[in-house]
Amino acid sequence: MSEKKNLKAKTGNEAMAEAMRQINPDVVAAYPITPATEIVQIFSQFVADGVVNTEFVAVESEHSALSACIGASAAGARAMTGTSSQGLALMYEMMYIAAGLRLPIVIAEVNRALSAPINIHGDQSDTMGARDSGFLQIYCENSQEAYDSMIQAVRICEHPDVLLPATVSTDGFIISHCMEAIELLPDEKVKEFVGTYKPKNWLLDVDHPFTLGAIDLQDYYFEHKRQEIEAMRKATKVIKEIGKEFGQKFGRSYDMIETYKLEDAEAAIVVLGSTAGTAKVVIEEMRKQGKKVGMLKLRVFRPFPFDDIREALKDVKIVGVMDRHDGYNGYVAPVCSEVRSCLYELDKKPKIASYVYGLGGRDITLEMITEIYEELLSGKTDNNAKYIGVRE
Amino acid sequence: MVNLKELSKRPELLSGGHRLCSGCGAGIIARQVMMAAADRPVVVANATGCLEVSTTIYPFSAWKAPWFHSAFENAAASCSGIEAAYKALKRTGKVNKDIRFITFGGDGGTYDIGFQSLSGAMERRHRMLYVCYNNEAYMNTGIQRSSATPLGAYASTSPVGKVKKGKEQIKKDLTKVMVAHNIPYVAQSAVGYWNDLITKTQKALDIDGPTFINVLQPCRLGWGYNPADTAVIGRMAVETCFWPIYEVVDGKYKINVKPKEKKPIEEYLKPQSRFKHLLRPENAGIVAEIQKNIDENWAWLLMMEECTNR
Amino acid sequence: MADIKIEKKKGWKDLPACDYLEAGSAAAFETGDWRSERPVWIPENCIQCLFCWVYCPDSAVVVKDSLMAGFNYKHCKGCGICAVECPGKKGKKAIVMEAEKK
Repeated sequence: MSEKKNLKAKTGNEAMAEAMRQINPDVVAAYPITPATEIVQIFSQFVADGVVNTEFVAVESEHSALSACIGASAAGARAMTGTSSQGLALMYEMMYIAAGLRLPIVIAEVNRALSAPINIHGDQSDTMGARDSGFLQIYCENSQEAYDSMIQAVRICEHPDVLLPATVSTDGFIISHCMEAIELLPDEKVKEFVGTYKPKNWLLDVDHPFTLGAIDLQDYYFEHKRQEIEAMRKATKVIKEIGKEFGQKFGRSYDMIETYKLEDAEAAIVVLGSTAGTAKVVIEEMRKQGKKVGMLKLRVFRPFPFDDIREALKDVKIVGVMDRHDGYNGYVAPVCSEVRSCLYELDKKPKIASYVYGLGGRDITLEMITEIYEELLSGKTDNNAKYIGVRE
Repeated sequence: MVNLKELSKRPELLSGGHRLCSGCGAGIIARQVMMAAADRPVVVANATGCLEVSTTIYPFSAWKAPWFHSAFENAAASCSGIEAAYKALKRTGKVNKDIRFITFGGDGGTYDIGFQSLSGAMERRHRMLYVCYNNEAYMNTGIQRSSATPLGAYASTSPVGKVKKGKEQIKKDLTKVMVAHNIPYVAQSAVGYWNDLITKTQKALDIDGPTFINVLQPCRLGWGYNPADTAVIGRMAVETCFWPIYEVVDGKYKINVKPKEKKPIEEYLKPQSRFKHLLRPENAGIVAEIQKNIDENWAWLLMMEECTNR
Repeated sequence: MADIKIEKKKGWKDLPACDYLEAGSAAAFETGDWRSERPVWIPENCIQCLFCWVYCPDSAVVVKDSLMAGFNYKHCKGCGICAVECPGKKGKKAIVMEAEKK
């Protein structure tokens, strides 16, 4: 890009709202919840100021927020919402339906711990609970990624090979409320990149009536679900293509995963979200001491990037998977389970350890990550998940 | 007055071949509402329930108008989104027709699980007609009690036994709750009054705002009567003042059908097996209470009609 | 019994994405075999009030040029509402229910 960079200080929430302004969706239906409230609050100001064409529906619950988005999307509108934690949990039923009806809705999501006990701070238990819903899941390391991913998500979801909804997530408070300098794209560039939503069938096309949401019994449900599964598989290619195109146009490329000093790494960690940023600092420090450590950042958790992970970790001796959630299977946490499952196919398998950290917004410090690396390098890891930063 | 000959020239928007029970009142309501709406483009949203399940068993849909269903408790919210999309796309020029929106929900999807989304949609004043086909229990799952089930009625979760005599609570008056939303049009109608329901639907669709019609729907299976009598039972509900037919237009009450002589409630209870046990002498007290409630409600309605039209 | 033609089921690759359905496709589905009784129209007793048409839950009363023209027995489930609602002429019903011959 030859143009001068337009750098602005934005919190994660502001960055997501700004992306939404530029995307200019037809319908936004939302209900406030900490720490995602600002996204729709800022957006409703855009509506009040007349700088977007959006019809804003201030619904009475998150369930209705996603329901209204589903109705709007089926009607032919580009629809978006924003939420977090309990709000996302209240949407769970409708998330499966949005995906099943193949409606490309984008949710600006802020990761926050689920009740009980009630807590307003960041962990990833909310989106992890929705991991089987059929939503694409993108996790962002910082505000820039949140802004860029929102713009890409529209294109990914609406791609004819995909037609699935997505959550684009930031870590509650850590990203949502922290100011950082991000580069904003010109309005017309975003408009051009996202294009217009052109659904094949839309309810408001009254001259071509159809039924959507019929009951599928034993003889059709499976075929329709198989289509949805295929769409999720095909999404990998689409996410890569659009991430590459975004890079060619705007200078920041995206993929399913990001690797950091993995090439010669003996020990690696796998992380999602803002912790990747913290880990990079640790890696730099440890590398100075001659310790070969690296990192794999999972940007996309749904679809799960099996091939990329296998390729990236095949020569690493030991891998620590850091989950900001526990799946209560009594063994290891969810991301670890899936990483382990995908590495099982390798002839030479890395050793794998599960680390659960940061529940309810508990800090994850440089020291904690350093300790994880030291433990991995020592080879003395547990079979069961280890809990980092909890008082014994 | 609706002219049936004229109405019959309009396209039929609900085809046969659906799988509602023989003699189902919901089929009658849906057809009559769609007859009233067939002179303009309409989009229909439907809550999960008998009507939805029976009319859209893949790969067969009985709906000839654009039709949408997503879940049980959110029909009004889905329709809110469809109507919001309409406003947005009309603004940007992608849609240029005048389209109206109708939401159908049973009493489960309206009185109970869908109550919140209905209330929200009405308060936000989306331009939609919400029609409740009210058969006074969860018929789709097998006749479980709802908050619309009347006092004393049998339902599979308010059964009759040695100790309990059917539903022990009076029903919720949802029509009143809808009036309290201060929306421009709220009405009650019943199967058996085609002219009333079609007229009300037309009136509601012409109003620029949220409108609500609560239609009593006799259910041959759940209420236990001869299926041929679906309309007869509906009329009996009105003639006994068990289900008054009225409308509230901008806060003004109008009772559309005033029986010359209010029939005793026993005449309504007798042909329905859901009330069978009430006719036993030991349950006379329950019948008396039902009658008392009817009399009080009727007196209240007459009073409201009088004082809102002064 | 459903139409055999329409019931030929497609695999997931050929089936339209998600459950989009053609409007009004239920017309091809037969529900007439649910009947135990069938309505019979007696034209000489018919005053063309169309009450049968407006009350039929199954859209099974055929109206042509605003006149009652018989029944669609493919869809009629034999509930008998039409016969009850029929006012007839001089006390004689224009619709009567007869046992379905099996």
